[in-house]
Amino acid sequence: MAHIAIPEGLPGISGGFAFRPETAKPMRELAHVLLHERNSLTGGERELIATYVSYLNDCYFCQTSHGAAAAAHLGDDAIVQRVKADFQHADISDKLKALLVIAGKVQKGGKNVTSEDVEAARKLGATDIEIHDTVLIAAAFCMYNRYVDGLGTWQPRDESMYAAMGKHLATEGYRKPSISPVEVG
Amino acid sequence: MPHIQLPEGLPGIRGAMAFRPETAKSLNELVEVLLRSPNSLTSGERELIATYVSYLNDCYYCQTIHGAIAAASLNDDEELVKRVKADFQHADISDKLKALLVIAGKVQKGGKNVTSEDVEAARKLGATDIEIHDTVLIAAAFCMYNRYVDGLATIQPRDEAMYRERGKRVARDGYVTVSKEYLPVEVAR
Repeated sequence: MAHIAIPEGLPGISGGFAFRPETAKPMRELAHVLLHERNSLTGGERELIATYVSYLNDCYFCQTSHGAAAAAHLGDDAIVQRVKADFQHADISDKLKALLVIAGKVQKGGKNVTSEDVEAARKLGATDIEIHDTVLIAAAFCMYNRYVDGLGTWQPRDESMYAAMGKHLATEGYRKPSISPVEVG
Repeated sequence: MPHIQLPEGLPGIRGAMAFRPETAKSLNELVEVLLRSPNSLTSGERELIATYVSYLNDCYYCQTIHGAIAAASLNDDEELVKRVKADFQHADISDKLKALLVIAGKVQKGGKNVTSEDVEAARKLGATDIEIHDTVLIAAAFCMYNRYVDGLATIQPRDEAMYRERGKRVARDGYVTVSKEYLPVEVAR
């Protein structure tokens, strides 16, 4: 049970958003700009960064819903599992691997990111905006993950629900709810 | 030196926000709602939560500027701010705020650390669901802001007067208004 009286039938962050629309608005907008708006990193690449950080933070709801969004973008669920387990051997670009190294350091704390990490990403073609957005995506998911787990939200084990959410997020983005209340059985 | 080419002369998060106004807008709106909008927790109390979490995350810029905003909101009581960072259980703040700071400290380590007992303790001292929600989200949000500021290696001057002056201005005018100084007009509206 959630720590506070969140509206029923809304899993994960949807419950927090419904409880407090005033904070939901900028949080949705931030995710939309970071993960969905036009960018030299694809939606799939950015969702992989979000998924990886959520996995490191052990947030079931976030890693599963963003993993589903990444899979919907990339048409490939196996690559999502591979990135979480061992991204250095996943079939992704070397640039994205270098960005995932930076994201993993941000997850532990911002000061862990070194000039060498940034230089390595830059040598593989990463732009300043891409490095900025990687740092902010990783930082933002350290917020979203703590919000979802810190409120003790409901996080059902229901793969088809996450798959449907992922498709919605990949096509529509984050400004509008990706899920309607589900019957709690 | 920052890891990427940030506009010069803008310390801490301001340089990062000026670099990427598209994300700055929601970052400013979120902090405005959490720390400045009308709330049953005073702005001073909410700034203390933000300062404490930024201190735990060892972010110099954030703990100093939010400490200054907290002091400006609490009759310029800089000693109280220092006490909350060092040992809040013995600071001159309400028991309810102490219980909320316990929750904030747990969120800083990871959301799953918050227990029903922590929440029940805060509730017994008068905390409402909104106050508990906002405490969790303030703590979570500062785990973002702190990582953003340090993860880009932004410039963080050791200049107490600068933070004190700016703290007074943010306490008076709020985040969104002050952000207009360094964001493009169309974004800052």
